[in-house]
Amino acid sequence: MIQQYWLYLIYLLGSVFFIVGLKMLSGPKTARNGNFLAAAGMAIAILGTIFMHTNEDGEPIGNYGWIFGGIAIGTVVGWISAKKVKMTDMPQMVSLFNGMGGACAALISLVEFGHLHDDASPATVLTIVAGLVIGSVSFSGSIIAYAKLQEIMKKTFRLPAQNILTLVLLIATLGLTVYIALGHPSAVLLYTVFALSLAYGVLFVLPIGGADMPVVISLLNSFTGVAAAFGGFLYDNQVMLTGGILVGSAGTLLTILMCNAMNRSLTNVIFGSFGGGSAAAAGGGSA
Amino acid sequence: MDAIITFIGENIQLIYILILSIFVGIEVISKVPSALHTPLMSGANAIHGVVIIGAIIVMGHAEAGNWPALILGFLAVILGTLNVVGGFVVTDRMLEMFKKKK
Repeated sequence: MIQQYWLYLIYLLGSVFFIVGLKMLSGPKTARNGNFLAAAGMAIAILGTIFMHTNEDGEPIGNYGWIFGGIAIGTVVGWISAKKVKMTDMPQMVSLFNGMGGACAALISLVEFGHLHDDASPATVLTIVAGLVIGSVSFSGSIIAYAKLQEIMKKTFRLPAQNILTLVLLIATLGLTVYIALGHPSAVLLYTVFALSLAYGVLFVLPIGGADMPVVISLLNSFTGVAAAFGGFLYDNQVMLTGGILVGSAGTLLTILMCNAMNRSLTNVIFGSFGGGSAAAAGGGSA
Repeated sequence: MDAIITFIGENIQLIYILILSIFVGIEVISKVPSALHTPLMSGANAIHGVVIIGAIIVMGHAEAGNWPALILGFLAVILGTLNVVGGFVVTDRMLEMFKKKK
């Protein structure tokens, strides 16, 4: 029990480091130290979880080989790719890493869905499925944003009736999410939602032009934050909740600030040429 | 309706954290200069890598023979670590560049 309280203390410290780090990141003189501070908060939160976390039955974390193996692979690949990327290619790198975080949240939901008991409350199911949906949208959207900025995908695609199609997809995804939560937790439906969310992420980003991509990445960034926060709800994990929501709210504000800096509105960026392609094209060109 | 109220009641502390964190998040970055938009986005990107903790919990409690959970959990740990490590390193490189320019 006392070990769990230590972990709570570590999570509290980690959360404070995140907040102070984020604050320092928004000032030019303190930004670099703020980044270090946030990284330190992350490190203690991760180490604390590995060595002190126990589940509801009081069982400690196991499978150390898998965990350290995964962390080692992720660290080496992440470090090298972050160090090697050209300065001009950094936005798409951020997008790619953001997509990884979204995919991570989605995978967590997939596994936890398999662990659900029959008596699981709708709220728990909703938490899991919402994490899956937001994480998947963030993942597929980020990958498209990456592909566009990296110029793997050069053209701006626009399907016929794009906005209507996207809207229908969104409504279908949300409707099915609620349906599953209200007592129909079948794996088939879950994978359908998974596929719909991935498709939504793709359709959401496809029509947006390259110049607006940083705004979209920032928006997807805040999505992943929210997905992480759902994980926090699922595990009663305070640091995941604080970290996730901080990014969710700060990221949303940042998205709006970025739009303002470009003299555009968020709806204008997202729905682009809704009803008038020329205005959006002109805006995108000048930004 | 009762289910919703029960949910809120049982999770009231988390909900307080949620609401207060929303305000904190908005407040701490409200005065960011536009030159720092991209590094801040990148730094925030690294912070939501905290989702790795969920991946560690999934992985750490997966039973020995449950291969789908083991494999998905392992993948999640790798992806989460990529998000954290890559995110912080890229942010640092951006800020380094920022400093040189000054």
